[in-house]
Amino acid sequence: MNRYPLWKYLLLLVAIVGGVLYALPNLFGQDPAVQITPARDAVSVSAIERRAQAALEDEGVDPLAVDRNEERVLIRFTSQEDQVQAADRLRTELGREATVALNLAPATPEWLRSINARPMFLGLDLRGGVHFLMEVDLEAAVTQSLERYQTDFRRVLRNERIRYSAIEVEDNQRVVARFREAADREQAVGLLREEFRNLNLEQEERDSQYWLIAELPEEERQEIQDFAVEQNITTLRNRVNELGVAEPVIQQQGANRIVVQLPGVQDTARAKDIIGTTATLEFRMVDEDHYPYRGGAEEPAPPGTVKYPARNPRYGDYVVMEREVMLTGEYIVDASSSIDQETGQPQVDIRLSSAGGDIFSRATRENVGERMAVVFIESRQETREVDGETVTERVRSQEVINVATIQEPLSTRFRITGLESTEAARDLALLLRAGSLAAPVDIVEERTVGPSMGQENIDRGFMAVVIGFVLVVLFMAAYYRVFGLIANMALLLNLVFIVAILSLMQATLTLPGIAGIVLTVGMAVDANVLIFQRIREEIRAGQSPQNAIHSGYAKAFSTIADANITTLIAALVLFLFGTGPVQGFAVTLSIGILTSMFTAILGTRAVVNLIYGRRRVSRLPI
Amino acid sequence: MWLLERQLAFDFMNRRRWAGLASVIVLGLAVAVLVIRGLNLGIDFTGGTIVEVGFDEPADVAQIRTVLESQGYEQALVQQFGTARDVMIRLPPQPGAEDADEISNRVLRALEGDFPAVELRRVEFVGPQIGDELTEQGALAMLGALGCILLYVAFRFEYRFAAGSVAALLHDIVLVFGALSLFQISFDLTVLAAMLAVVGYSLNDTIVVFDRIRENFLVMRKGTTEEVMNASINQTLSRTLVTSLTTLLVVVSLYFLGGEVIAGFAFTLLVGVVVGTYSSIFVASASALALGVTKYDLQPPAKEGAEDEGESEFRP
Repeated sequence: MNRYPLWKYLLLLVAIVGGVLYALPNLFGQDPAVQITPARDAVSVSAIERRAQAALEDEGVDPLAVDRNEERVLIRFTSQEDQVQAADRLRTELGREATVALNLAPATPEWLRSINARPMFLGLDLRGGVHFLMEVDLEAAVTQSLERYQTDFRRVLRNERIRYSAIEVEDNQRVVARFREAADREQAVGLLREEFRNLNLEQEERDSQYWLIAELPEEERQEIQDFAVEQNITTLRNRVNELGVAEPVIQQQGANRIVVQLPGVQDTARAKDIIGTTATLEFRMVDEDHYPYRGGAEEPAPPGTVKYPARNPRYGDYVVMEREVMLTGEYIVDASSSIDQETGQPQVDIRLSSAGGDIFSRATRENVGERMAVVFIESRQETREVDGETVTERVRSQEVINVATIQEPLSTRFRITGLESTEAARDLALLLRAGSLAAPVDIVEERTVGPSMGQENIDRGFMAVVIGFVLVVLFMAAYYRVFGLIANMALLLNLVFIVAILSLMQATLTLPGIAGIVLTVGMAVDANVLIFQRIREEIRAGQSPQNAIHSGYAKAFSTIADANITTLIAALVLFLFGTGPVQGFAVTLSIGILTSMFTAILGTRAVVNLIYGRRRVSRLPI
Repeated sequence: MWLLERQLAFDFMNRRRWAGLASVIVLGLAVAVLVIRGLNLGIDFTGGTIVEVGFDEPADVAQIRTVLESQGYEQALVQQFGTARDVMIRLPPQPGAEDADEISNRVLRALEGDFPAVELRRVEFVGPQIGDELTEQGALAMLGALGCILLYVAFRFEYRFAAGSVAALLHDIVLVFGALSLFQISFDLTVLAAMLAVVGYSLNDTIVVFDRIRENFLVMRKGTTEEVMNASINQTLSRTLVTSLTTLLVVVSLYFLGGEVIAGFAFTLLVGVVVGTYSSIFVASASALALGVTKYDLQPPAKEGAEDEGESEFRP
């Protein structure tokens, strides 16, 4: 009665072989490596690879292996010194054509990689690095869009010489235009309806004026917000690539949050400067009547103008400019820093898209001989205390970084001079190149783990697993003797399965994840304890050993199923409501429950049947 | 342990009133501790910044505090973390224009003046809005888990058993919260995860007992409901204790070896496993009995006679 058909043994064998194979990559550590990603599509990966190899040969560094795919070249080294030396050389060699990042590449042998067996990712708490959770300011995205409509309305009405008394953004909901004459409004409605079909236009008479109210439809509002998050993710990805981080994680979380994880990055201040700044540029005409500006901070800007502080005292304390923006940073396609050959000063060369070039050349042609200002706009958050409550607010700071006379009409290529240092020029170029963030982001959570801490966490977690495992194994062997040893085999197999499944899922192993594994080890023996106690009971009740084994397994099954299903429910709820680390814990717990059912019931039964199934047994060593 | 292998006959049900009284007293104490000392909420829930630094020699906490005070961080909480050379500095959400790296950089620069060999080991910053959300999510997760479990147990057993298991769970949750409050363990996300693991574990224990009660209701024709329950608890007692022991072996090794970051997690499980074991023996069945469950409630009238072919059959 205690015999298993051959196919069950085969199934078990296949599962064991598979489990061991896919768990195996975790045993081969990591090689120090350098990852090279071409900056532009124009540079081919194979060309980069050839140049890198030539440079390394020249440098006298012998790489362990060179590995290339469509996106990047990965060069492994035998030692960290080689890695650092090679990275320095490659950076100077390749310059801006490619990003060179230090990386640890899994040293999985080729034959394992060919069956897609890869090690688990290590979480930031285990390998060190930075984790940011950012929140996109969706309201601000809508505001920006409304302000664009406002500018467009002005342009359309001015071009057609329609007189209006004001155009304003109201309640972050709508753009409102006021007219003195009904006829002007009629004309405006016709024009605007033609040009902006997506807007709902309504008319009203109030305070002896004629109002035109343009409402943003709900779908478009939603679209703007979705786009803002999407665009910010793209921009963040570009910026992170510029930073040269290997294996970054940039993901949307919920409606308006973005997770950014940078493994191995230690200089958080710089990482955050680059990632969190919503820097963009605006080009405005300087108000020639008030240049240089003599007023102080308190004086209001003259009507129709805006007033921003100047970075360089050369332009005075403040610069007064026209309210209308000629061009915004969105049209910038490329930016790089260089040194002005004549003055020796740092400068940023900018290239605009063709649409941006059209706007810019039209605007500058009309204003040759006049001064244009470049405004640098940066957005960051500040926390203040108001009535005993902490309030986080966004502060937008505008600064005029450059004022220059337009010598001739500018088009797609031009440059900004007058930056204080080469560093500043480089960072500005980086930010402009990587694109501006569509909407401001706040960093709402940040976690940094030093590399030594990460190693310590791994060592400790590993130690805890090993010691806990050994204690359980010893106890089981002492308490259930031969059956205890069988249960221990199942426990070991369970551990292998958990690791194999996590590796197959390419899950990220974190400290709570290790805790989940440890806990599963403790609880996984429960199924065997239930079965073995049942067998003992059956023996006490006078059953023969064979019958005791059979009914012990049979009777324990529904208990095990019920108990595990309830725990699975708890794990599922944990996964649904939790975030990050809690989810990791829930995943390992669930996997552990499922694999332990397999190993503790099917696995041990197979061994028990193999040992006792085909012979007479007078006493069971249990 | 081998003593347990004899057929046990502890009279748990007869002592259930005493056990109940003991539970009520301990629960009262736990609530009192919670009210008086409160929970030591971690920055995951309150928002704020944690900076962990390492020194090359045992750190002088008092001097660090002075340095921080001179920088305007009067509310900084400075404590040793794990070893004498590691120090954790916890700062409440800062009013004023600062965010995490400014704070950590300023703290580090200030410390470098007095301790040149200081090393930044870990920074955690959580914004105030995240904290509120987490508190809400954590409470929701707890309620959601309890609700789902209640439904499942009511479906598999009977509603009074479901109520009994949830009573046992609430008992465990309150006691673990009490212990966290008593020892002022920082309540963070991992502790919340441990809390939910305790819920799962305690439930596991309770279900095993209930499962045996259900089985015995069908098998033991003689005997009152109380006697059947008592026998069931006794029959599962050695399993309950053995599993608790193996789990404790692991949890204890986690507590002592896992490092400071995981210690709160391990502590929660340690307390949870102990009270979970107690509640599955003394609280769960007694509560179901107090609600008036009888052995006839689980006997399907139509299926009489077919019960030994029932659902406990397992065909390998």
